[in-house]
Amino acid sequence: MANLKTTEKKSKAQSMGMHSEVLTGRTQQKFFNPDEAENFYYFGTYEVDFNKRTELDVKNMEAPEANKKIDSLMSEGYGTIVIKNPQGKHSLGVGILNKLNLIFEGSLGYFGVGSCDGPSVRINGRVGWSCAQNLMAGKVVVEKNAGSSFGAAIRGGDLICKGSVGARTGIDMKGGTIIVGGDAGAFTGFMMQRGRIIVLGDVGINLGDSMYDGNIFIGGKIGSFGSDAVTSDLTSSDKDWLKRKLKVAEIDENFDVSKMTKIVAGKKLWNYDNLEPTEKKGAI
Amino acid sequence: MGSRYLFGLFAVVKKGNIIMCGIAGLIHKDKSVNIGSELQSMLQALKHRGPDSTGYALYADNDGQNFIMRFKVGENVGEGSNAVNEETSVYDKRKKIVDKNLSDLGAIIVKEERLTPYSFRYEIKYDKDLMEFSKKIESAEMTEILSIGKSLELIKDIGDAKEVCDRYNLDKITGTHGIGHARMATESGVDIKSAHPFWGYPFSDVSVVHNGQLTNYWNNRRALENKGMRFMSECDSELIAVYLAEKMRNDATLEEGMKDSLKGLDGVFTYFVATKDSLGMAKDTMAAKPLVLYESDNLVAMGSEEIAIRSILPQEIDTYDPFDGEVKVWQI
Repeated sequence: MANLKTTEKKSKAQSMGMHSEVLTGRTQQKFFNPDEAENFYYFGTYEVDFNKRTELDVKNMEAPEANKKIDSLMSEGYGTIVIKNPQGKHSLGVGILNKLNLIFEGSLGYFGVGSCDGPSVRINGRVGWSCAQNLMAGKVVVEKNAGSSFGAAIRGGDLICKGSVGARTGIDMKGGTIIVGGDAGAFTGFMMQRGRIIVLGDVGINLGDSMYDGNIFIGGKIGSFGSDAVTSDLTSSDKDWLKRKLKVAEIDENFDVSKMTKIVAGKKLWNYDNLEPTEKKGAI
Repeated sequence: MGSRYLFGLFAVVKKGNIIMCGIAGLIHKDKSVNIGSELQSMLQALKHRGPDSTGYALYADNDGQNFIMRFKVGENVGEGSNAVNEETSVYDKRKKIVDKNLSDLGAIIVKEERLTPYSFRYEIKYDKDLMEFSKKIESAEMTEILSIGKSLELIKDIGDAKEVCDRYNLDKITGTHGIGHARMATESGVDIKSAHPFWGYPFSDVSVVHNGQLTNYWNNRRALENKGMRFMSECDSELIAVYLAEKMRNDATLEEGMKDSLKGLDGVFTYFVATKDSLGMAKDTMAAKPLVLYESDNLVAMGSEEIAIRSILPQEIDTYDPFDGEVKVWQI
């Protein structure tokens, strides 16, 4: 069982939208430590030059071949890669643990840019289900609409959809920020544990169902609240943060954030922290 | 906590495959095209979602004078099916019984085609009640009407989209709209009777395809059977066709029936329904099954995945996912 301690860098971590606990003891889980951010290193990552740009036409490629080619281009130092003709193919641009400007000129299918850590991605089309699933860090911008499970289980980074998204946006998310310029479907923020979701338009039924923590900000109408999702007062720091995020997201800088509804967990379902030690003990 | 989400993912994995089917549909509002070929391309793009069987409901440019009846007198049997393959001579005997029954009903066979040893396409003149007609025809052993209509051509068999298309020469069929299904068998065996689309018995020109799972199948089935509706398979998807047919039999419009189905059917589903002059889609209130939709002034194309649409529209287009509980119907 891991022990939780609070770091002295709490304020810095929290200002970055991260949580600040550090786990010690026997555990495989590692939390973010702002002191280590500069030294973080993944095996197999590359030094790339953002000014070194190339194009890759994937029209006649399967996803594994296209992804290997992207990896190969990064190994050659290309820091900006433009993908031509993605044509709704699944699983493109996945598993990139590198700094990279990745631009898709078209739409992606399911599981696009999943399990990434670091790249800045722009998709000039729509995306299918589970876009950017498990995103650790970086920024993903979708210019059109997105399918369901947008940003499932993300840990960090910014995920932006300028159009509307399907159901279960941010399901099980553990950090990061999801911003939606249009409407969102049912079960937005389902079981979310941390992080923030901003939807400027309307949302469907069961908003924030079974959420454990995190914040959801809604600009339009709410279909219905899910289990244990409750409204909370919008603070001045919330408003400042929302304005800053919308500006960075290039969505709608002039949106009146003061009229947004803030949703948080009522924490009546908070049995998780009590049960977790038992579950982990069983696993170990 | 995360384990709940992961459990949800693992729960849909069986034998290394994600349990799912693929559905596709399109409607050209102002012209006829090679609809068989277009739907074949869309369904072939979805082959990975359902390799067991493929079905087409094509709304063809027939002259509208006579009924087209597609029927089978035997099965093509795959894994898990409780049906059996039989000798061609057995099929011949059943065909003779069907022909006699047609004669007894006063129906005139204008044209007949034998497409496989077990499946047929008849063009018939008939102007009486279709329910009585269907009961009489299907009284012959192992005989099932796949579809009846002035426009509907419903074809389904084991194999992927191209194999079925080639077997039945579907790429030559022109028309305005159609729906199709690539099936991964989960609730019943691999055979024709469990394949989609399902005809909306006893209505001419009504067909349904479905991706999902219905959890109140048996309750609904018993209730509908008590009202005189018939089921030919144990496939839960057949319920949608029968459910809608029963609603329409009680004077509901197609759209009203579809909206009722959002409450009347439990489970997860996205389904398409087509009639002689319309195409509709419905998505369950939890939006648990995928659907991508493209809509322009003269064309609507939709499928379980965008690659299905891309197979006929490779250029950059705007598509979207319909929301939970959404019902849409388009007319020619």
